[in-house]
Amino acid sequence: MFGIPDLTIVAVYLLCISSALLCAVYGLVNWNKGGELESQQIEEEAEWELGEH
Amino acid sequence: MVFYSIIVVIVFLLITIFLGYLGYKNTKSSQDFLLAGRKTHPLIMALSYGATFISTSAIVGFGGLAANMGMGLLWLTFFNVFIGIFIAFVLFGKKTRRMGHRLNAHTFPELLGKRFESKFIQGFAAALIFLFMPIYAASVIKGGANFVQTYFGIPYGISLLAFVLIVAAYVWMGGMKAVMYTDAFQACIMFVAMMVLLITAYVNLGGFTAAHQKLTDLFSNPAIQEDIAKSVSTGFQGWTSMPKGGSPMWWSLVSTIVLGVGIGVLAQPQLVVRFMTVKSDRELNRAVFSGGIFILAMTGVAFVVGALSNVLLFEKTGKIAIMAADKVNDNIIPLFIKSFLPEWFAAIFLVSMLAAAMSTLSSQFHTMGTAAGRDLYEKSFGKKGNTLTMTKTATLVVIVLSTAIAWSSNGLPIADGIIAKFTTMFFELTTAAFLPVYVGALYFKSLPKAAAKWGMISGSAAWFVWTFFVHSNASYMQICKLLTGKTSIVLGTSLEKLSMVGTTFIALPVAIVVLAAVWLAKGRSGKLDIDEKVIDKCFANV
Repeated sequence: MFGIPDLTIVAVYLLCISSALLCAVYGLVNWNKGGELESQQIEEEAEWELGEH
Repeated sequence: MVFYSIIVVIVFLLITIFLGYLGYKNTKSSQDFLLAGRKTHPLIMALSYGATFISTSAIVGFGGLAANMGMGLLWLTFFNVFIGIFIAFVLFGKKTRRMGHRLNAHTFPELLGKRFESKFIQGFAAALIFLFMPIYAASVIKGGANFVQTYFGIPYGISLLAFVLIVAAYVWMGGMKAVMYTDAFQACIMFVAMMVLLITAYVNLGGFTAAHQKLTDLFSNPAIQEDIAKSVSTGFQGWTSMPKGGSPMWWSLVSTIVLGVGIGVLAQPQLVVRFMTVKSDRELNRAVFSGGIFILAMTGVAFVVGALSNVLLFEKTGKIAIMAADKVNDNIIPLFIKSFLPEWFAAIFLVSMLAAAMSTLSSQFHTMGTAAGRDLYEKSFGKKGNTLTMTKTATLVVIVLSTAIAWSSNGLPIADGIIAKFTTMFFELTTAAFLPVYVGALYFKSLPKAAAKWGMISGSAAWFVWTFFVHSNASYMQICKLLTGKTSIVLGTSLEKLSMVGTTFIALPVAIVVLAAVWLAKGRSGKLDIDEKVIDKCFANV
């Protein structure tokens, strides 16, 4: 297949492309998910500020 | 060629310097220097992660290996994309980011140290980075300097100094922000260059299937049998087939390259710290999108083109790639570029390779500097002072150290392919020493401090013994030869075949077994050696 006699090489060629597609699809599906709550972020940053001084 | 190259290199350097200056201008605090203020854009984060991950070694070093081993090396690309991006971001990145934020960790050793309430763990991890990352950095410096030397005819020493000075200046001045801005720019150049490379290779060979068919047919061509017998390891069955199972080439491909580098990416300190540079999981989700495509375009293309270069070089010179490149593995990809691509592209490719080396090197300087300054000097030795000043001073020290190693390596009888070998060694170290502990830190609340400590110690000890005394690569490190007179302690014994087995194959199980055994032993006492409040803090929202 595709001029490649060893099917494991064909399989890994396709796996490489599929895994990149998986990353792309995952990224798109979850594009807007996981945004942090603003209040929690402010609280954490206040803690770091204290820690730095 | 030189005219085009000079113009392209000057433009490239001007943009790099400008981005470095932007990073410097926006760096006000130690958090900016260490973590880019934790507010990095997802695309910059993904490109920076990718460009750091992929050095000149991955393209020139491993691309050259693909010319010798064939497309079986694509297993590494699959690992790079699936494990190095998908698993790394989704299963490790999010937890790391949240835990890092909760603990206010600024570096990878600090994350482990705070998670296990252990200065020893932080110091030990930092010491491993400080001691062994310079070897990896030196190989990247050597790769970059060799490239400049080959293309411009500038002596090695001057190429090396110029290369290091530019990277050192922006890392030292602008910290993580400068590193990430320049990384993202450099990643864009690398992406364009690799795409042109792929298209050129397939078009020159008559298309997708025709190209592979020619490569398959080349293996049985009587004209190259002598070349193959002279230059390729035992077990080779053609560029479009896997090596023979259990042969030296199979062990090298599967246990050293694919396992060593493929899994090792999960516990690379310079990559892990990038998860902590973004403000929420959303940025990591978005980064997965571009990260996967970028890595495929880097190693995937390099390995396919590396293998295909055999046909093109054979058609032109009557020799397979390694012979056409005078038996120097690292020269195969540059020779391919010189022979088959227009001059203007050779200039772009040259810059993309400089970009690949600079992006990896800048992160190495930054990681080594923070390990030595923040983790070792400030936290482990308990020295008081300004974090920024201490980290910057330590960064200078590690830059000088890495440069000295790269400088001296030019005079040593160091074998070909050393860039890929040193890269693999460092990845193997992080796999054995950090990966089991890092997984434990993120996923197992009840993992005791003692188990993490002994897992780390045993993993790094097993890595050291196997890498420096048993594995066939031990010959490059010279220590075994100096002490025993042999390049490997198993050489000439009934255990000689063990020298083919990759270090990860041995050191990772050792670390896991020791960690599990100490965990079991400690578990019987029923009392955890870490404050429960710390555990709760670590895992709140994680």
